[in-house]
Amino acid sequence: MNDAAIVLRARDISRAFPGVQALSGVELTLRAGEVHALMGQNGAGKSTLIKILTGVYAPDAGSIELLGKPVTPQSPIHAQALGISAVHQESHLLPNLSVAENICAGRYPRRPWTRGGGIDWRETERRAAELLASLGINLDVWQLAGGLPAALQQLATVARAVSTDARALILDEPTSSLDADEVQALFTLIRRLRDKGVAILFVTHFLDQVYEICDRMTILRNGRFVGEYACARLDAHGLVAAMVGREVAAAVGKTAAAEHAVDNTSGAPVLAARNISRRGQLKPMDIELKTGEVLGLAGLLGSGRTELARLLFALDARDTGDIRIDGQPAKLDNPGDALRLGLGFCPEDRKHSGIVADLSVRENIALALQARMGLTKFLKLSEQRQIAEKLVAALGVKTASIETPIGQLSGGNQQKAIIARWLATHPRVLILDEPTRGIDVAAKQELMHEILELARGGTAVLFISAEIDEVVRVSDRIMVLRDRAKAGDLPRGADENAVYSLIAASHKA
Amino acid sequence: MKRLAQHTLFWPAITLALLLVASSLFNPSFLALTWRDGHLFGSVIDILNRAAPLIVVSLGMTLVIAVRGLDISVGAVVAIAAAVAALMIGGSFSATGEVRSDYPLWLALATALAVAAACGLWNGLLVVKAGMQPIVATLILMVAGRGIAQLLTGGQIITVYYAPFFSLGNGFLLGLPVALWLAASLWAALHFVMSRTALGLFVRSIGGNPEAARVAGVRSAAITLCVYTFCGLAAGVAGLIVSSNVKSADANNAGQLLELDAILAVTLGGTALTGGRFTLAGTVIGALIIQTLTSMIYSLGVPPEVNLVVKAALVFAVMLLQSAEFRQLVSRAARGSAT
Repeated sequence: MNDAAIVLRARDISRAFPGVQALSGVELTLRAGEVHALMGQNGAGKSTLIKILTGVYAPDAGSIELLGKPVTPQSPIHAQALGISAVHQESHLLPNLSVAENICAGRYPRRPWTRGGGIDWRETERRAAELLASLGINLDVWQLAGGLPAALQQLATVARAVSTDARALILDEPTSSLDADEVQALFTLIRRLRDKGVAILFVTHFLDQVYEICDRMTILRNGRFVGEYACARLDAHGLVAAMVGREVAAAVGKTAAAEHAVDNTSGAPVLAARNISRRGQLKPMDIELKTGEVLGLAGLLGSGRTELARLLFALDARDTGDIRIDGQPAKLDNPGDALRLGLGFCPEDRKHSGIVADLSVRENIALALQARMGLTKFLKLSEQRQIAEKLVAALGVKTASIETPIGQLSGGNQQKAIIARWLATHPRVLILDEPTRGIDVAAKQELMHEILELARGGTAVLFISAEIDEVVRVSDRIMVLRDRAKAGDLPRGADENAVYSLIAASHKA
Repeated sequence: MKRLAQHTLFWPAITLALLLVASSLFNPSFLALTWRDGHLFGSVIDILNRAAPLIVVSLGMTLVIAVRGLDISVGAVVAIAAAVAALMIGGSFSATGEVRSDYPLWLALATALAVAAACGLWNGLLVVKAGMQPIVATLILMVAGRGIAQLLTGGQIITVYYAPFFSLGNGFLLGLPVALWLAASLWAALHFVMSRTALGLFVRSIGGNPEAARVAGVRSAAITLCVYTFCGLAAGVAGLIVSSNVKSADANNAGQLLELDAILAVTLGGTALTGGRFTLAGTVIGALIIQTLTSMIYSLGVPPEVNLVVKAALVFAVMLLQSAEFRQLVSRAARGSAT
C-alpha cells in the first residue's frame, strides 16, 4: 500500500495499569479512504488503545504519528484539535439541546457586532444544516436531540465528530444498539466519509459488519498485537481463531461428553421456549433444556447470550414466544414467577445484580429461598445458618464466617455464594451467565466441577461463557448464537473448532 | 477506640452527649430527676416524652428512605389522624356530668390509624404503580392531606373532653411517659422485624441492591408498598400522641414541618438519603438530638421571633460535626498550624 496514504500510525504502544499490562508493543496504521477494523475479545486492549489515541491515557512507550508528524494527544479535546475524533458506543448528544446546538457545541459562531459575542443562532443552524447536507443526512437541525431515535442521534454524533475536520475518526461500537436498517444508514454515512478521504477505525463485535464495511483489520489479543490483515485475505474462521488465540486446524482437548459417562439427558425437556424474541436484542429462537444436562451457550460478545438468559428468567419482557415447563404452558412474566417455577439465574454482573454487599453471606444465600417462601413463612435463623454452612462447605466458599458481609469476599467466593443462593432453592433449571468471569484459574476449575456435579444431581444447567474452551469442556450440548440469532446446535462431543465454524459460518469462503 | 469511632452510631451519640452537656451547663438542674406522684419528672424525661412523636415518624421515614424513597406527607398525615380521632371521640357531657366519647375509644383509634395507613398505601401506590418520583408523589398528599384535615375539622380546632384519651400523650406507665413506651416498643418491634423476619430481609436487600433483589425474585413492589403503608401508620400513631397531648386536633398546625424534622432525624442518625444501609437506633438518636435542641432553645429563653434562626444555626453546627469531610478539614488545618 502506498505509504503516502497513511493518516495515523501508532507504533509499539505499551501501557500498564496496576497489576495488568493492558497493551504491549501494539501497532496500528490507518490509511486515508479506508475503514479499518479493530478486533479482539473483551480485555484484548481495544478500549485502552482508543483511549491512548484520543489522549485519555498517555502511553508508557511508543509513538503516534499523524500525517507523518509525531503527536502526543493530551486530552480528547486536544486530540480532536489535532484531527483525531472519536464516537463512543452510547451517543453523547445533550438531549435538551437541538441538533444544531449539539453539532456546534463549544464552537458556536458569534455575532461580530455584539461585544463579548452573542451566539449567532441563525449561523449555528445554517452551519449544522450545511454539514448534515454534505453528509447526506436528512435531519431537521432545530429538533431536540433527545427526541430523536437512537440511530439518528448516532448519525448526528458522527457528523459532529467530523465537523472539526477530523482526519482520523474512531467509531467505538457505534452499532451495538442499532437495528439492521439503522446500521445500513450509518454505513452509508461511513462510506461517504471514507470516500472523502477520512481514515476510519471501526470497533465492533459483529463479524458480519466487519466484512461488510471494512478494508483491513488489526487484531489484538491479551494486549498484544496479533497482526494486520486485509479483510479479503482472512476469513471469519481465521479471524475468530486469531482473536481467541487457538490454532483452529488442530483439534483440541477432550470434551465433557467423554467424561460425562451416564446419559441421563433423554426424555422430555424440563424447559422449552418457543419463538422467544425481544426487539433489538434477540431474534426469535427456540431453546430446550432437559433434566440433567449442561447446555452450553456460545457466541461472541453481543451475540445475544445474556439477552436470551434474561428473557428466559423474565428479567426482560419478551415480545413474542411462549415458555413451557414440563410441557405445561407457564406464566413467566417476572423473576418471581421464574423463581416459583424452579428456575435460577446467576447474573453476569455480580456486583450490580448479584450480591447485596452489606448483607452477610448467610443472608445473601437465604435471599432467593426466602423470596420463594414469601413474606409469611420465615426461614428460621437456625435453618438459614444450617443451609448456609452446608453450602459454604460444599462449594468451598472461603469466608471468615457466614455472618461476614459478602462484599468483603473475593470475586470468586462471591460468585460461589451467589450460586449457593440458587442451590438453596433446589432449582430444576439453573442459568449461569459468565460464572467464571473475573475469577482465578483454581476457582474456575472448582466451579466447573460444581456445575457438572449439579447436572448429575438432575438440574438442567444453561452455561454461558465467552471462553469457548470452557463451554466445550462442560457442555453436553452446545447452542451457538451469532448476531442475536441462533447459528446452530452442536451435539455432545463437538470440539472448539466446530464452535468457531458456527460462529463464523456465514463468512466461510 | 478507633473501632469505636468507626461505629455508625459513634458521631450521633457524641453529638447528643455534647448537647446534653451543653444543656446542663445552661441549666444546672437539667439532668436532675425527681420522683413525684409515682412517676419520674425532669427535663430529660420531658425531652423523651416530647420526642416520642418525632421518633415514631422518623422510624417510618427511615424505612422509606432505606428503600430509596422519601415521604414528605407525614406531617399532613399526622394532622389527618389527629382530626379523625378527635372528631370520633369528641365528647359530650351526659346528664350526670360524666364525659362520654361519641364512638368507643378503640374504634376511634383504630379508624384514625387505618386512615393514616391508607394514606401511606396511597403514597406507595403512586410510587410503585404510577412510577412517580417519591418526593413528587408524597408532595401531593403533603398539600392535599392538610386540606383534607381542615375539611374534616371544618377549619376549627376540635377539642376533646374524653379523659381516657389523654393518657396517650400525658399519661405515665411504670413511672415513664406512655408516649415514650409507645416509641420504644415501636423501635423494638421494628428492630425485631428488620433483623428476624422475611420482611426485614427483603427490605434490607432492596435497600442494599434493588437490582440484585429483583434478580433473586424478591417482589420489590409489594415490599415497597408495605414500607410506605407502615410510614403512614407511624405518622398516624404520632398524630394520636400529638392530639392526645394537646387534648385537641388543630388541622393547621398539627405536624407542621414534621416531615423535615423526620428527614433531619434520619440523616443525623447516620442513614444516607440515597438509601441502602440504615440504622433505626441512629434515627432514634437523631430525633432526640432535634428535640434536645428545641428544648435547649426554649430553656435559654430565646425570643420566639429568632427561635427558628437559632435552631437553624444549631442544626448547621450539628451537621458540620457529623460530616466526615468537615472533620477531616479541621484536623488537617489543626495539623497544619501545629507544624
